[in-house]
Amino acid sequence: MIEGLEHIVAAHAFFAGLEPSLVALVSGCAKNARFEAGKYLFREGESADWFYLLREGRVALELRDPARGAVTLQTLGPGEVCGLSWLAPPYRWSYDARALDNARAIAIDAACLRRKSEADPRFGYEMMKRFMPPLIERLQATRLQMIDIYGAHG
Amino acid sequence: MAPMADHDPMIPRVAHVRRKQRELVDVATLEIDAGEFFFAPGQFNMLTVFGVGEAAISVSGDPADPSRLVHTIRAVGAVSRALTELSVGEPIGLRGPFGRGWPMDEARGRDVIVVAGGLGLAPLRPALYRLFAERENYGRVILLYGARSPQDILFRDELEQWRGRLDAEVEATVDHARGDWRGNVGVVTKLIARAVFDAPNALAMLCGPEIMMRFVADALGDRGVAPERIHLSMERSMKCAIGWCGHCQFGPVFICRDGPVFTYAQLRGLLATKEL
Repeated sequence: MIEGLEHIVAAHAFFAGLEPSLVALVSGCAKNARFEAGKYLFREGESADWFYLLREGRVALELRDPARGAVTLQTLGPGEVCGLSWLAPPYRWSYDARALDNARAIAIDAACLRRKSEADPRFGYEMMKRFMPPLIERLQATRLQMIDIYGAHG
Repeated sequence: MAPMADHDPMIPRVAHVRRKQRELVDVATLEIDAGEFFFAPGQFNMLTVFGVGEAAISVSGDPADPSRLVHTIRAVGAVSRALTELSVGEPIGLRGPFGRGWPMDEARGRDVIVVAGGLGLAPLRPALYRLFAERENYGRVILLYGARSPQDILFRDELEQWRGRLDAEVEATVDHARGDWRGNVGVVTKLIARAVFDAPNALAMLCGPEIMMRFVADALGDRGVAPERIHLSMERSMKCAIGWCGHCQFGPVFICRDGPVFTYAQLRGLLATKEL
């Protein structure tokens, strides 16, 4: 079971090139997960106890706005990580994540990964190097979306 | 039609609007009765609304059909607004075609990545018609399109048709969407990371807001596409369209005469210069 998961974790684009001993540490916090289309991976306000490495299907990150209903902020697909709020206190989701298609993912226990990162700074630094790029990419994407480049001035 | 344009590129000939289609709230496509009109994908015309003014507008129709001259126009200023408000049968001034278009010959035998943003799909549409009409001459054909919202997607029916082709990859994404939108949400650069192409042998054609093209060009460069193979269509205020007046000067080049299509290798330094 664990060997199977290790193989899956090592094969995921997000962990490409991660050395086997560190893959084993990640896999110890991981399990397989499936979500039918329309199901939520997590909801705004909930504790960010798990995050997901997507393997199949797409997921929409959504905010609920009383005036407009659900607003999709971003869609994620295979190879991407879904959920970054577990990285920093208060470890609480600030948006919903809803499967657009039937989705498969590796679910990772956030507290477990944080604990191992604290215990082994080399592992923690490797994790930080993996999670910083999507954080920065999403920040930059949000900036571009905010300035409305396709608007009338575009 | 007046025949004078044949000898003086500054004098518009008079044509008429043959057909009009409202694409989006602020975007209209005009089919102009201009007799036989030949152009290269990526070229533009100067269109006049008499009494209002003249504007540079890319041809958005099929280069294989010279009987239909098609322009897709977004109402952003006085002239473009007047163009979108023209009715069937009304006169329109026409000069062109002008400029250097997309490098269709250079694209032969290569994977072709077409990245369009917003109305930037219109100047790329003639290139897409050519790519699909001569599909066997090219490697993979990938169209990545970014729009503001699902309601702002241009040529939606045609995109759906192209998406249905087995010999092309067509992906669209929007910046903002309601929860009932099942497509992609996010910046168009994200689609580049997912696309499958042979980077050393690929050629890219980009058209959209300048800031989008910069990010897309860099993302393609990160994937290994050479700056000389990344082609961008630029937009500046054009007046004469033949390199006389200097209105569209962009550093050492005139967009109208030397472009509007340039390589990223030519433009990278200029695009990094503020207020140029």
